[in-house]
Amino acid sequence: MNPPALQATDLPEGARSGGAARAGQDILRPGVDPQLTSALLARINASVSRPHCIMEVCGTHTMAIGQFALRSLLDPRLRLISGPGCPVCVTDQADLDRALQLARQPEVLLATYGDMVRVPGSGGTTLEKERAAGAHVTVIYSPLDAVDLAAAHPTLEVVFLAVGFETTAPATALALDRAKERRIRNFSLISLHKLTVPAVKALLREETTVEGFLCPGHVSTVIGRAAWDFLARDFHRPAVVAGFELIDILPALQQLVAMLEQGEARVVNAYTRAVREEGNPRAQQAVAEHFEPVPAVWRGLGWIPDSGLGLRAEWKDFDAGYRFPGAAGQEPPDGGLGQGQVVSLGGAGGRCRCGDILRGKATPLDCSLFGTYCTPQDPAGPCMVSSEGACAAYYRYERHRLPGQAGGARKL
Amino acid sequence: MTREEEPRILLGHGDGGRLTHDLIRSVFLPHFDNPANPVLRPLPDAAVLAPPAGWRLAFTTDSFVVSPAFFPGGNIGTLAVTGTVNDLAVSGARPAYLSVAFILEEGYPLRQLEAVVESMALAARDAGVQIVTGDTKVVEHGAADGIYINTAGIGWVPEDLHWGLDAVRPGDVVLLSGSPGAHGMAVLLSRGDLGFQSPIRSDCASVFPLVQALQGVPGIRFMRDPTRGGVATVLNEVAQGSGLDVWVEEAALPEDPAVSAAARLLGVDPLYLACEGRVVAICAPDAAAAVLDAWRAVPGGLGRDAAAIGHVSASRRLPLGPRPEPAVYLRTALGGTRLLDVKSGGELPRIC
Ligand code: SF4
Repeated sequence: MNPPALQATDLPEGARSGGAARAGQDILRPGVDPQLTSALLARINASVSRPHCIMEVCGTHTMAIGQFALRSLLDPRLRLISGPGCPVCVTDQADLDRALQLARQPEVLLATYGDMVRVPGSGGTTLEKERAAGAHVTVIYSPLDAVDLAAAHPTLEVVFLAVGFETTAPATALALDRAKERRIRNFSLISLHKLTVPAVKALLREETTVEGFLCPGHVSTVIGRAAWDFLARDFHRPAVVAGFELIDILPALQQLVAMLEQGEARVVNAYTRAVREEGNPRAQQAVAEHFEPVPAVWRGLGWIPDSGLGLRAEWKDFDAGYRFPGAAGQEPPDGGLGQGQVVSLGGAGGRCRCGDILRGKATPLDCSLFGTYCTPQDPAGPCMVSSEGACAAYYRYERHRLPGQAGGARKL
Repeated sequence: MTREEEPRILLGHGDGGRLTHDLIRSVFLPHFDNPANPVLRPLPDAAVLAPPAGWRLAFTTDSFVVSPAFFPGGNIGTLAVTGTVNDLAVSGARPAYLSVAFILEEGYPLRQLEAVVESMALAARDAGVQIVTGDTKVVEHGAADGIYINTAGIGWVPEDLHWGLDAVRPGDVVLLSGSPGAHGMAVLLSRGDLGFQSPIRSDCASVFPLVQALQGVPGIRFMRDPTRGGVATVLNEVAQGSGLDVWVEEAALPEDPAVSAAARLLGVDPLYLACEGRVVAICAPDAAAAVLDAWRAVPGGLGRDAAAIGHVSASRRLPLGPRPEPAVYLRTALGGTRLLDVKSGGELPRIC
């Protein structure tokens, strides 16, 4: 008999689909009333009396802000900048190289999410190019697909390159359960799962101009509103947890601006239809049973303690780093963790400014490669590859805004 | 019938020998042969066709590899006929003849092939085209994904018709014949790996009635069916090809609520999803009302939701990139402005 396993339906929407879906959204959204949204917008702009810098932690918000053209509508003194919440963008080059090297082994079938296959490794190659050269690389939509692949290809070693934040980790945990139940032995993973809270803390320990935070709705469905309380308590920064529709983002911005204007710092839940105070305990438990916090290296941010999720010892049989010699993860440098120490820069001979962008120190329009030597067709850095990356969002929605005319999006 | 006994395609069905002939006689001819199609019956090596006097010939080809081959609202066969018919229609041609070439995987169930062929015959009848020549090849098990189809089509273009991007002028109006994205979404969801089901059906249909309805309407500049890459991609082709900017009004876009809801859930934009029964047209400003009236009156409701969705203007030219480029801009319902860019990369499943 199988032990009761975590069911897919216990997970938030985004977890089930491995991040392809935007989590927690209403399938049947009430029609957005343009009068209501214009009124909200007018109220936000009327309440701005001085410049404010707001970071949206998550790439899904970055995309939504571009898609709704919010920067063209908001008072230019409100600067919305992107944070470290794009899983592809923060993946370190050395971790990617490890995946590329594994993919080259003839007995390995490497499975991962769409955008990962296009990120250039340090040698300029990508998983997509390796696939064209004969490697087994498959794009999947859910970690369970990787388990199915392993069952369907018993002669291959299926390695799942698992990226994503708190939202996707429960789905990976579920896949591990399934693989164990089904006694699938040719399945393992490289866990590059990361945690958003330690990264935001690391940002705030550096000097930063970010005054307030728009916190990600889908991550918060798992970790809960209270997980962000440290922002107000320890750093005196206001924050609002928000969903991804216009009708979520505008009221959240309104509350955030109101707090900034008042000098108030609270952590408000503006996404109550999906986010609870304590989050989703089942999803948290599933993660805790399979993973443990480990130091992780973030592109642009460096090593951050307890910011990654490594497989627990009980699950080491499913750890590709354990099963394949040479595929083990990087060790943090001696002498402890250099907080904020940048270990590897973006590509393009270090001219890629993804690191600065992920820390809110620059916008894509500040990068000399943006739109000329770096485009989504031929990306030089990960922020341009991921569909949720800040550079991709700016390229896709806002490259008509000339540097210098870019209003709120201009340099710090 | 057990699974083992189910009749399947064998390698011999593609070798030109007895099995090939059996297939033609028992599957293809019964569906494709009809009294209005005198060319096919003798099964000549090449169909010999007589062009009507005073018309020019339009010729196009397309291959179809959609996965899954059966989806709500159609199958690969429907698509193979309407796809090529539509390419002819939006070029201003009256679709007349098709060739059909199958590439089948050894072991493909014969019953499924018959279902595909039957759908092709129905789609051809609806579109008023004849299938006049064909071919079948069979590849080893594992060398293809069930069934691929290539169709080529011939149509006749009136002597005096001159549509093209060079005719587009600043101030022209952009029209869309119906809500975008149903085909792409139906196929995406019928793959079943996205974890939810919906009633969305492909919009797969011949658009020739929409084109025909505009006969005699002056001021038509250009038409295209927004298949791969959707409406956004066609509009970017318009911008690139005409050297002009295109402005789209989000509030004016026709919308299918089921497609929009699913698209929001999946984080995709219906403007980038394929349509297989829609037309994007560009016309002179004073022709727009006549186009909309004509489309909305097309029997069967093909153009019921047609709308003017934007206009063409002189290009402000994007500042970045090796060359300044004309672009497509979207004015959001809230009055914001952003680019409506071509989609790059992205691992989209096979949708046509
Ligand atoms: S534009 Fe390209 S090179 Fe510049 S920061 Fe962004 S990803 Fe890096």
